[in-house]
Amino acid sequence: MAMNKLNRGVAIVGAGMSKFGAFPGKATRDLFVESFAEMQGSVDKGVDVKDIEAVFIGNYSSDLFEGQGHTAPFMTHAVGLNPVPATRCEDACASSSAALRSGIMAIASGLYDMVLVGGIEKMSDLPTSEVTDTLATASDALYDVPAGYTFPGFYATIATAYMDKYGATPEAWMSVGIKNHDAGSLNPKAQFGQRIRELMDIKIKSAEKKGRPIPTWADEMEFMHDDRANLVIAWPMRLFDCSPVSDGAASLLLVAEDLAKNFTDNALHIIGSGQASDVTLRYRSDLTTLSSAKAAAQQAYEMAGVGPKDIKVAEVHDCFTVAEVVATEDLGFFSPGQGYEAAMEGVTSLRGPRPINSSGGLKSKGHPVGASGAGQVVEVWKQMRGEAGARQLEGDIDVGLTHNVGGTGESCFVHIFGRK
Amino acid sequence: MADNGSFTAKEYYDYLADHKIMGTRCVDNGNLFVPPRAMCPDSHSTNMEWAEVKGSGTLRAFTVIGVGPTAMVEAGYNIKNPYCAGIVELEEGPSVAGQILGVDVSKPETIKIGMPLKAAFVERGEGDAKRTYLAFEPA
Repeated sequence: MAMNKLNRGVAIVGAGMSKFGAFPGKATRDLFVESFAEMQGSVDKGVDVKDIEAVFIGNYSSDLFEGQGHTAPFMTHAVGLNPVPATRCEDACASSSAALRSGIMAIASGLYDMVLVGGIEKMSDLPTSEVTDTLATASDALYDVPAGYTFPGFYATIATAYMDKYGATPEAWMSVGIKNHDAGSLNPKAQFGQRIRELMDIKIKSAEKKGRPIPTWADEMEFMHDDRANLVIAWPMRLFDCSPVSDGAASLLLVAEDLAKNFTDNALHIIGSGQASDVTLRYRSDLTTLSSAKAAAQQAYEMAGVGPKDIKVAEVHDCFTVAEVVATEDLGFFSPGQGYEAAMEGVTSLRGPRPINSSGGLKSKGHPVGASGAGQVVEVWKQMRGEAGARQLEGDIDVGLTHNVGGTGESCFVHIFGRK
Repeated sequence: MADNGSFTAKEYYDYLADHKIMGTRCVDNGNLFVPPRAMCPDSHSTNMEWAEVKGSGTLRAFTVIGVGPTAMVEAGYNIKNPYCAGIVELEEGPSVAGQILGVDVSKPETIKIGMPLKAAFVERGEGDAKRTYLAFEPA
């Protein structure tokens, strides 16, 4: 049995991301340059990027989204790093965590001392139906898609199984959406950086302007229940349960641990890395948990020598609101069936005792799928260095975690970051 | 009609066009797979044979989809005319995904997990693209 540890330590010494959103006229390479420039500026003691020895790019489907395959060498060219080796990593929405893990292994093996990890996606050029089709290629195209399944549909199916098993109601999922928009309103990089209350006010103003009937929602929950304002995409998942169609990029600079001090006195050390795969949903005996997430978390916790209680900042994969609740259980923050109550009671809010997704999560920050995993690391980087501004978590944020899911948990990565 | 050959999705759909729901059984350990698999994940054996299932089962979980993939949009489904899709545990053991017909999609909360279902067969697409898909309806 192989030892669950890295042969050589790896540290992150720089991190940056583009704004997430819909950016007509910008290609992935433009967004990648923005993230790379921010990453360069984030290296405390400076870096000569000519020392980067290899590039790993997470990208789900530029092929279908923007008609561009073979993206790794093109991204490498955009930031002027050819002829270094450039490799694209694809595990659906977890693609840039696959790139991160590849970069970690490349340094841990001793092959390279400095590696660039990127994540890119450009989704907003396609109409919604084609985005739905493109995302659906990450599920079983032979048997699940012909049954009418979509990604909102898969997670909605997890939600009905969860509601049936634990007695949760759709208000649980709605409370996650409200919470993540609250946090996202404090994140200048977020695609939808408005609280739900602000979005309601915008709709009321727009109705007044157009002379339409003025909505009379008593509160956020009533807005969330409004079929017209909050469309049912795949019951019980509504529009404000779904992460948006997004464009974005993120960049991380990884070095061998013994070199980290040359670049910063405040590096993030990779102390745990886990990865697992799973069968498609219909094969699973329990539809209310992602076993790949539990396996990846167990590997990462073991390698790091920490447990769920030690994690101070956690970015988890809330592609749909139900996914955040399931993630908080799979990661061991709550017992199975208790995550939804924690969300409803504010335990996972930004100022709650167990904050989840301080960035606003994929729901509010945006979900440019191939960039999302690296984007999660950017948030952990900011929180652990005390650079998260208005959304900075309180206390000593010394251990962080990212949880990034591909598809409906057919792949999952968990990374844990610490100081040394 | 499929021959007793390579246990592909094409053969599965060819059988389905004849309203037969076919899976495969591992000859070495008896495991049943619907839809068919060419290799048993337990024994890693390719010693498989076709096996027919009845199509009776129960609903394990479901959703009512308003924004579907292109094929369902072309079949006439949309946010005002949604459809139900679910995971159904067959009497013989395996679970399959399929459209659930004959339930009140305007009141998803009335659709009950655990309800007994029987197979139905729906045809979608035109001309050469016409295909038969597995669906279910209340038993």
